Parts: sequence; structure tokens; C-alpha cells
Amino acid sequence: MEGATTGELFWGGIAALVTLAIFSFLYKDNPVFKVVERIWVGVTTGYWTMLLYHTSFTDKVITPIFERGQYFYLFPVILGILMWFRLSKTYGFLARYSLAFYIGISTGIFIPLTIKTAILYQLHGTIRPIEPTWTGLMFALAFIGIICSLSYFFFSKEHKGLLGVSSKIGIYTLMIGFGTGFGLTVMGRVALLGQRVSFLHDYIASLLGALF
Amino acid sequence: MKRQVPIFLVFLCGLTMVIQFFVPHDYSDVLFQYANDFVIVIGILALPVGIYSLMKNTVNKAMRDPKERIFSALTILGFLVMIVAGLKREWFASSTSLSSNMFNYVLVPAQATLFSMLAFYIASAAYRAFRARTVLAAVLLVTAFVVMLRLIPLPEPVATWNAEFVRWILEVPNMAAKRAILIGVALGAITYSTKILLGIERAYMGTD
Repeated sequence: MEGATTGELFWGGIAALVTLAIFSFLYKDNPVFKVVERIWVGVTTGYWTMLLYHTSFTDKVITPIFERGQYFYLFPVILGILMWFRLSKTYGFLARYSLAFYIGISTGIFIPLTIKTAILYQLHGTIRPIEPTWTGLMFALAFIGIICSLSYFFFSKEHKGLLGVSSKIGIYTLMIGFGTGFGLTVMGRVALLGQRVSFLHDYIASLLGALF
Repeated sequence: MKRQVPIFLVFLCGLTMVIQFFVPHDYSDVLFQYANDFVIVIGILALPVGIYSLMKNTVNKAMRDPKERIFSALTILGFLVMIVAGLKREWFASSTSLSSNMFNYVLVPAQATLFSMLAFYIASAAYRAFRARTVLAAVLLVTAFVVMLRLIPLPEPVATWNAEFVRWILEVPNMAAKRAILIGVALGAITYSTKILLGIERAYMGTD
């Protein structure tokens, strides 16, 4: 924030106060934290409301109906308005019709797409030709790890014999995966913490530089 | 009628979209585009229900507990400020507007700080709960430790060895575990979705 303008210093000050107020929770729950927390809830809701209004609502409702004359877009608008009846005890069932369209279309898109991306593409990436190279050996190891990990989740047969051995290897593979996930999460959070502390340091330095 | 028609609609819409996926035709693409738009429109129009719910809970809390009034008022104030500040598209999109400043200097720092605080809680929870009592727990612990070491400065040649080892962990056993979980989750999600399409799973409809 070197050479910051008054406006940048003002908004930076607010960001610094917000940061410190949230860090105050490390001591205990307190009114300062609560103030920032509640403002954050309101601001986030307002921001997302306006973002969705300007992107989804304007682009998918106002533009097609009023500018392009695609009046069939009134159909999902009516369905969307029916969603509001969810708040009524008497007419709450009307919201189910719009929910039915929403869930039906979403599920219908989701099923084949998931089969393609999360199963077929993953299997395609897993099953590779066996090559007498270091990379080939690693692919084979990963393949064994995947099969063994999947066998750990197979509960239709008792984990004994070959299935017992394979599920045992599988659980070790999964534990390495969980350990990696944990380590990366912790370090991600620590990096974020470092970034916040660095921001506070830079802000105080620029504020002092501007004042003296 | 209150339940049967929605169940039939779910089946009909779902089946249409599944068939559409396997039909390589322009009409099929058009159908997908409009269906996708319809879902977005229904979703965006459901947003007022969520906002109403948030405001109702906030006001109710303020009515019940006088100490909460100031905090509830701040939530509503924050919401209204953002709505007014972003009413016009140019206000919302401008990098120097109130809306952008609120986003950059309130929302982003608050979110980043809240997530960064998790570092303390994860460390504290790990210190209390992480014990290498079994071989499996030890494997998890050692892996986490080695991965964390990768991201801190170490003297050479330990840093290079560690970096190579972590790369191997990420590319082989970690990838195997993540891929197996992804395939398992996908199979579960597909099964659940099929149950919804066939009307076996009806929890989304709520109760009468």
C-alpha cells in the first residue's frame, strides 16, 4: 500500500478493523466480533443478491422477455414465483411444481454428466498401458491403490482373504490421502493467516508513512 | 395430486434431459440451453424466499432478545447498503464504487480472516486429538507432517528430497485415494439421483 491515497487508507483502515475484530474471537466471543460478523452476513447477502440480479435475472429474464420477445421465458418466471408459496401453509404444495421442474431438469443433467466426468474419465485416466518405465510403474501403483481403496468400500462381502488384503491396502492408501488433505488444508489456512498479518503490517506501515 | 403430479414431472423432466444427453442434434443442444436457463430462472426467483427467511429470523431474534437488536439492525443495514449501492449495473461493476469497496474491504478481508482463523483451531484440535495410537493413525499423521514440511523452508538437500517425496505422495497414493473417493461419491450420487427420478426418494417435497 505504498503511496496510498486517502480513500485507500480509509478503506484499508476498515479492512484492518474488520481483520482485527475477527481475530478478537481467538480470545473469546465478544461484541466487537459479533458486530463485524453480522455486518458481514448482511453485506454478503446484499452482494450476492445484486450479483445474481445483474447477471442471472437481467440476462435470463429481463433481456429475453422485454428485449428479445421470447415470451416462453414467462413459464420459468411463473414457476419461480410459485416457489414463494413455500412460505404459505395452505398453498405450500404449489411450490412443489416448480421444485419438480428444478429437480427433474437438474437431476437429468447431473446423471449422465457425472457418469461421464466422475466415472468414465476417471477410469480412462486410471487404466493405462503397462510400461516398463518409472512412470508406468507409478501408474500401476496408482491403479492398485484405486482398486484397493474402492474394495474397502465394498461391504457386500466380508473383508477376508483377497478382499481383506485389498481393503487393508485400500485403507492405508486412503489414510495417506486424508493425511495429505489435512496437511494441505492446514498449510492453506496458515498461508491465509500469513497474508492477513502481512496486510496488517503493510497497512500500519503505509498509515505511519502518510501521517509522519 | 399434490404429490403425484410433481413426482411425474420430476420423472418426465429428468428422463427428457437424460435422453437429450445422448442425442447429438442441434435441437437437443437448444433444449439443453433452455432447460438450463429455466433452472437458473427458477433458482434466481427462489432467492427472495431465502432473503425473507434471513430477515424474518433476524427480526425474530431482535424481538426475543433486546441485546441482539443492535446486531440484527447491523445485518439489515449491511444488506440494505449493498442493495442500494449495487442497484445500477454500472455502480455494481465500477471498481471505485461503494459496492466494490464494500466487497474488497469488508467482505473479502472478513472471509479471508475467518478462514485463516481455522489455522489456530485445526492446530489446537490436532494437538488434542491426533495420537499415533495405531499404525493407520501414524500413517495419516506422518503424511500430514511431511506434506506440511514441503511448504516451509528447509535446508538443502532435505528440501529437494522432501519436495520429491511429497510430489510422489500427491501423484500416486493421494491421487489414488482421491480418485477412489470421487468414483465412490459419484456412484452414490447417481444412485440417489436415480431414486429421485423414479420417485423413491421424496424428501425434497417436504411434508403436508
